[in-house]
Amino acid sequence: MTDTTTDQPPRLDDSGSRATRAGDSIFSGLASAAGLTILLALAGVALFLVIEGAPAFTASGESAYGKDNIVVYVWPLLYGTLLAAVLAMVIVTPLAVGLALVISHYAPRRVGTYLGYLIDLLAAVPSVVYGLWGRVVLAPALLPLYLWLSDNLGWIPFFDGGESGPTHGRTIFTAGIVLAVMALPIVTAICREVFIQTPRIHEEAALALGATKWEMIRMTVFPYARSGVISAVLLGLGRALGETMAVAMVLSGAGIITIDLIGTQNPSTIAANIALNFGNASGSKINTLIFSGLVLFVVSFAVNFVGRWIASRGEVKG
Amino acid sequence: MNVTPIRRALVPGVAALALLLSACGGDAEGDSGDGGDAADLANLSGEVAGGGASSQEAAQLAWIAGFTTVAPEATVTYDPVGSGGGRESFISGAFAFAGSDSYLTDEEGELTSATERCGGEAPIQIPNYISPIAIIHNVEGVDDLNLSPEALAGIFAGKITKWDDPAIAATNEGVSLPSAAIDAVHRSDESGTTENFTDYLDAVAATQWDAGVVETWPEEYGGQGAQGTSGVVDAVTSGTNSIGYADASQAGDLAVANIGVGEEFVAPTPDAAAKILEVSPPAEGASDTALIFDLDHTTAEAGTYPIVLTSYLIACQTYSGDEAAAGELAKGYLSYIVSAEGQQFGADEAGSAPLSDELSSQVQDVVEGITVE
Repeated sequence: MTDTTTDQPPRLDDSGSRATRAGDSIFSGLASAAGLTILLALAGVALFLVIEGAPAFTASGESAYGKDNIVVYVWPLLYGTLLAAVLAMVIVTPLAVGLALVISHYAPRRVGTYLGYLIDLLAAVPSVVYGLWGRVVLAPALLPLYLWLSDNLGWIPFFDGGESGPTHGRTIFTAGIVLAVMALPIVTAICREVFIQTPRIHEEAALALGATKWEMIRMTVFPYARSGVISAVLLGLGRALGETMAVAMVLSGAGIITIDLIGTQNPSTIAANIALNFGNASGSKINTLIFSGLVLFVVSFAVNFVGRWIASRGEVKG
Repeated sequence: MNVTPIRRALVPGVAALALLLSACGGDAEGDSGDGGDAADLANLSGEVAGGGASSQEAAQLAWIAGFTTVAPEATVTYDPVGSGGGRESFISGAFAFAGSDSYLTDEEGELTSATERCGGEAPIQIPNYISPIAIIHNVEGVDDLNLSPEALAGIFAGKITKWDDPAIAATNEGVSLPSAAIDAVHRSDESGTTENFTDYLDAVAATQWDAGVVETWPEEYGGQGAQGTSGVVDAVTSGTNSIGYADASQAGDLAVANIGVGEEFVAPTPDAAAKILEVSPPAEGASDTALIFDLDHTTAEAGTYPIVLTSYLIACQTYSGDEAAAGELAKGYLSYIVSAEGQQFGADEAGSAPLSDELSSQVQDVVEGITVE
């Protein structure tokens, strides 16, 4: 830091009049304040979670909602959180990549633009509305599919459906679909941006070599956009991890661990569990819930961090 | 924000109701208390804060709206922080009165603290809100369903999984029950409704229901979890062959099951629900000013609906010093809640069950006994 500043000062001091220098310092002050606020807010949240969550380390029995210790309580919730988010990503990734390709390369420009707007609109729908839609429309509509899956593909552990088969559609699979729809706008938008940035000259070179459109996309667009797509998916994953209301409304959750995606009972998620139980919690139960929030905070942080890291690594390579 | 339009709409209605009732009361039995109260209430002014059980929230909103029409200068707030929070704030003095789904006990020293808070006199505890918990179901071709306590417990414990199980068929002769899996819906959030429901199951069918009294559904019993009363009602409505438990006022168009009591099967009507307090023994610590009950879920008394949520009002016998003004208001508000019109208004607006006549007069006497120095 000090080295660069001693190298640079003459240029900074000479540029512009007194007025612009005042403007510069005001703007840089405002900008740094904005940056600092983010850091402070993040540190404040982390501090709050640690201080309020710490007493839950020793929680057991009543204060851990009847579980032996905090790990036994939080682990199934963490599992459910990751399962729902990963399911959502499995659904959303091909969908978003396909949609982004249509917008950037296949559809006529005007159609593509409007399609882009429509998908961005999905991001403006409140999560409560997604929750209601999932609960009232999607879940009952998917029940016949789950019954069929359980009858015909029940030998696959994912579609076991439990002893008496699925009795309702509010499963983690449904929750995954709802989360996928909710994460679709952000993933599609980022994919679209990176696809558009593929150098024209690469594409034309591929076409000139006799590649079909699909071959051109495979040879030029995908390699160029790989890191962008990965970071888009990880950002979408972060969105899915933290989603609260929609999951709380859609999912029939309990503190269990199962890989059955269409059973009557499903693993609940951390965020949904907090939303469900915070209203009625008091005393040490609040600490327990906040501790689970801390776990989610750390996991989301890690996911975003990895996303950024992959994205930046890709940039250096490209 | 929502209160204003409600209030506006309520004013004419309540005014008409009040006129009607005062006219009726006049020639029936010149109850000296009633006439005097109305005049007293109109002179009340100021603010009083109370809060507690969220089960009472809808009824409290209605009562506040109704009370404001008879005492336009008074402002009452009810903060639905939950029963525990309500008792805590009452003891700390932040609330002049509290609503609570359970009465005060000394298990955690609450009764002693509350007595200290009230200047050494035991706080008054009166039931003010009774609401039947209905067993709602949505089974094709079945409107009238009779369930014995054992069958009900078996269904929710996951031990009875088909609708044509002999345990259900035995009490439903002539009803064609489908041979389909039962979709039993419970609350996925921690809830007083679950607590009351499991309290009932624990009392009447402990062999089938061995999880005891819980606020959070025991996951080993399975079933579908849904958020809040509205979530359960939604899940049962949109489900097939589904059954759930919810506040009777929220049951809507869904069919409700009749529950076995003694030899007969009883529907969750307000009268049948209110009757449980008449047949229940007073709880330990009950007195002239603490009308508290241990609900007798196992009653065989005809016409009693046994799955009921009861909620109490907690207040001081004497308000003095700084709290005198608030105490005066609290007394006025409480007397409105337990009055015949207050109870009827709660029943109309929030679907609660009005107190039975006998209990009602006892409760009114207790509120009359509140003094302000």
